[in-house]
Amino acid sequence: MFGLVVVPTPTWYLVLSAVLFSIGAVGVLVRRNPLVMFMCIELMLNAVNLTFVTVGRAMSDINGQAIVFFVMVVAAAEVVVGLGIIVSIMRRRSGVNVDDLTELKG
Amino acid sequence: MELFVFVCASVMVLVGALGVIFRKHPVHAALSLVLTLFGIAVLFVAQSAEFLAAVQVIVYAGAIVILFLFVIMLLGVDKAENLQIEPLTGLRWIAGVVGLGMVGLLTTAVVSGSDVLRLRGLGIANSVAGENADANIQQLANSIFSDYVFAFEVTSVLLVVAVVGTVLLARRRTGKGIA
Repeated sequence: MFGLVVVPTPTWYLVLSAVLFSIGAVGVLVRRNPLVMFMCIELMLNAVNLTFVTVGRAMSDINGQAIVFFVMVVAAAEVVVGLGIIVSIMRRRSGVNVDDLTELKG
Repeated sequence: MELFVFVCASVMVLVGALGVIFRKHPVHAALSLVLTLFGIAVLFVAQSAEFLAAVQVIVYAGAIVILFLFVIMLLGVDKAENLQIEPLTGLRWIAGVVGLGMVGLLTTAVVSGSDVLRLRGLGIANSVAGENADANIQQLANSIFSDYVFAFEVTSVLLVVAVVGTVLLARRRTGKGIA
């Protein structure tokens, strides 16, 4: 038993990234602080990146890593714009709670 | 050895992710996020994606988390939230059930689809020290600057738009004039 070398298969990585994605999704549902919700979105993006790299290696295809590169660029742009929006919203109100933002409610 | 790396990095990733959700203090949540991002970088190295691991540490842990910390300090929300108050009754239970269901669904999909993962591409070069130490970078550059060169150029436009938009959004409004 101990002589057996267990090598993690791609399925292990994919299950790990599934768990990570679900933790991020639950975080978006549970937390009400917009900054923490943004961090949970980052968690989900990272889970997807891990999936891309894993599948890319399993299929021996470098384009998986190329897509992760583009995902990182878009994530950086998304964080910058999102934090700009949060700053400009929160400058005129004190608390940070997304449930208070109901101006657009019909 | 790969098993050891995988287990350690998975523990880092999961502990960090749970820390992001459960820590009351936004600064602690951001620091837990750093732990998760480092764990993902380790997993990238374990899967011979060295360039992406470096970019992960530089862009995510270096830039994005610092941006989060700056905004937390700027807004002055660096105080602990009261997590005892539930915003909607039963929200946590429903979210937990949704999360478990999502784990179950995704795991089932991954496990049942694992035999689809067959070799298909041209192969990924391994960066072996001494031989050709930057094979991964060369291969990735070949992909990005030949197949995806148009998308690469479009990302530069995207970054410019993001910078201009953020400056407009976060700017303090001064009297008259636009914005």
